[in-house]
Amino acid sequence: MASHGFVRRYVFSTDHKVIGIQYILTGLVMALVGAALAALIRLQLGWPDHQWLWLAQLLPKGMPGGVMTPEFYLAVVTMHGTIMVFFFISYVLVSGFGNYLVPLQVGAKDMAFPFLNMLSYWVAFLSALVLIASFFVEGGAAASGWTAYPPLSAVAAAVPGSQMGQTLWILSMALFIASFTMSGLNIVATVFSVRAPGLSMMRLPLTVWSYFIASILGLLAFPPLTAAAIMLLFDRHLGTSFFLPSGLVVANTALPNTGGSPLLWQHLFWFLGHPEVYVLILPALGVACDILPAFTRKPVFGYRISVWSLIAVGCLSMIVWGHHMFVSGMSPFSGEYFSLVTLTITVPMTVFGVNMLASLWGANLQIRAATLFALGVIALFGSGGLGGLFLGNATADMQLHDTYFVVGHFHMMIGGVTLMATFAAIYFWFPKMFGRMMNDRLGKLHFWLTFVPFFTIFFMQHFLGLQGAPRRYYAFRRTTTSSTHAARTSSSAWPRCS
Amino acid sequence: MKRIEGAYVSLLFAGLGVAGVVYGSRTWLPELASRHGAGIDAMLRYLLLTTGGLFLAGYVALGLLVWRGSGRTAIGPRLATRRTEWLLSGLLGLAVAAIGEGGVLAIGMPVWTEYFDARPSADAVVIDVTAQQFMWNARYPGPDGVLGRTDPSLIDEGTNPLGLVRGDAAGQDDIVTLNEIVAAVNRPVRIRLHSKDVIHSFFLPNFRVKQDAVPGMSPEIVFVPTRTGEFELACAELCGLAHYRMRGFFRVLTASEFEDWLLLQAAAAAKGGQ
Repeated sequence: MASHGFVRRYVFSTDHKVIGIQYILTGLVMALVGAALAALIRLQLGWPDHQWLWLAQLLPKGMPGGVMTPEFYLAVVTMHGTIMVFFFISYVLVSGFGNYLVPLQVGAKDMAFPFLNMLSYWVAFLSALVLIASFFVEGGAAASGWTAYPPLSAVAAAVPGSQMGQTLWILSMALFIASFTMSGLNIVATVFSVRAPGLSMMRLPLTVWSYFIASILGLLAFPPLTAAAIMLLFDRHLGTSFFLPSGLVVANTALPNTGGSPLLWQHLFWFLGHPEVYVLILPALGVACDILPAFTRKPVFGYRISVWSLIAVGCLSMIVWGHHMFVSGMSPFSGEYFSLVTLTITVPMTVFGVNMLASLWGANLQIRAATLFALGVIALFGSGGLGGLFLGNATADMQLHDTYFVVGHFHMMIGGVTLMATFAAIYFWFPKMFGRMMNDRLGKLHFWLTFVPFFTIFFMQHFLGLQGAPRRYYAFRRTTTSSTHAARTSSSAWPRCS
Repeated sequence: MKRIEGAYVSLLFAGLGVAGVVYGSRTWLPELASRHGAGIDAMLRYLLLTTGGLFLAGYVALGLLVWRGSGRTAIGPRLATRRTEWLLSGLLGLAVAAIGEGGVLAIGMPVWTEYFDARPSADAVVIDVTAQQFMWNARYPGPDGVLGRTDPSLIDEGTNPLGLVRGDAAGQDDIVTLNEIVAAVNRPVRIRLHSKDVIHSFFLPNFRVKQDAVPGMSPEIVFVPTRTGEFELACAELCGLAHYRMRGFFRVLTASEFEDWLLLQAAAAAKGGQ
């Protein structure tokens, strides 16, 4: 098999381990891009008037004279979100480690469909290239947020990023979805059909269970977004009106569209978007659950209960998407429904969290870099999950929706939990992948330097949100409200956000 | 060595838990200025207390477990039985669910229903608000109590940003303001929200009011201001380049000041209409 030379072995490989590593490396490169964008966001919010002359040389269009333009800021925010959610966490944690670990842990020689697996990686790679290319087109990268709500994302005149940048964004998402569907199918098929003899479902490691559930969710949730993306593409280029109602006047030009509904996009987007966060977070929890026992020297607490929790979360996650839309103008009755079902998700999620915490009970704890990151998963899952109780509650969400509370919450969850799990997985399985140990002391330093600032920044954002600081603002000006707090938080090392 | 490191890690989690709660307890919501907002604040206070407690308990427990675990040289004498597993995760899971769902059912839903079911009284101040990149246009029906007709095809940013039908008699006395909405204290406000171009969100932090302005839809908001003063109106949904500057003011006057303001504006509108 390996006699095909370098290209077949390491580039166009059908070996799940090589593909897994390819995914991980691609995702880590994208993570660097996403992190650079995050740094730009922080610079802008922290010092909105400062002239960064060296950045002006680096980014002459986005930061002329060293001050970021609002259109570049929105593009940066949009691309940071898109890259981190779809091109870092999905690639590294879900597709990367999924490919690497699932066949090994179910005792299979390879994935069920090796060629499909290779195809999925190369389509994913292409989708990352298309996304990066969108920075360089006329009008810059997409600027309507990672949620791409029309009409902002549908009408080119609404914001510069809605010119070619948005089209490339949609194309990149379509490629991503195609690739993710292929790799999801592969994982489901592998878990179902090529398990080692005698390895029954209830003996599978939690890692495999979490990838299995996440892949099923992906398969069910992604098609509606594909449909939505095509409809948006049609609205943008072929003159249809799926998301554009009549009477629109953008930039002093009346548009000919009639009869569309911007809310339709939101439903389709969040029908994907909410299961998608579980697609990301379940593998993070599964991986942490499997790494911990190695360092606690005892099995996880409540394996069966955890499995059933994963299944329950998977089912419930498909029917709660509307909690992203409480103030969108959707019927208040739907708001009540989504509020109630969203909070039922707290049962399996709490049970899972308690099981992780209780796994430390009576442990003989060995503290390594991977242990620390796995503990970080538990910690951030706790604070992120509790923040979710606020946002799933329609009444509280009326004040908190689209404020920094939301930013703080999802950075704890799909930012922090997945980031910690990714690092834990890298420290834990690196020796298996490359036959070398990583330096544990540096790894621990990495943990301390990551966890403490991460927690401090995003925990604090919850309170900015409580005070009403809206998200996606290019700059914040002093106002009559909450100015004393703004003064206090901005005197700390973190950006002025209110 | 293992013990010392365990102590640091344990302190990290427990310390962050305690520090987080202390920090959180020092910050608060913006000053309240509406009647239904008291209910939303009660909901938030309930959640802050309960989840704040759980957060503290969880982080301290994590710290303790790390501390105890780092001190052991062998695992505890026996593993948890299946009964213990079900009991612990079942009980805690149900407890958190009770807190979450209980809060929604006992506090949240009544407030939500009251807010959306509010039938504006006959004396409500009717305001038609149209959001656009990056302004808030407000329109009052004037003395006749009827808003004039509009037609999007008449919109011209320079001369007729709302597309008012000039010949309409009902529209002659309408009052139009930009980025300034004025209301009377303790008198219900009934706002009908529109958007001309993209999605905006009408956010009054002090009034605990937030409603997306979606093109093609015209949701209605009813609330009662309880405080006089000038408050911020912000856009809470990304709407383009100057989203961050799309701000207005919401002024709440006493009843007599409000009547004076209306008269003044009506006079100005009549003058402009001639």
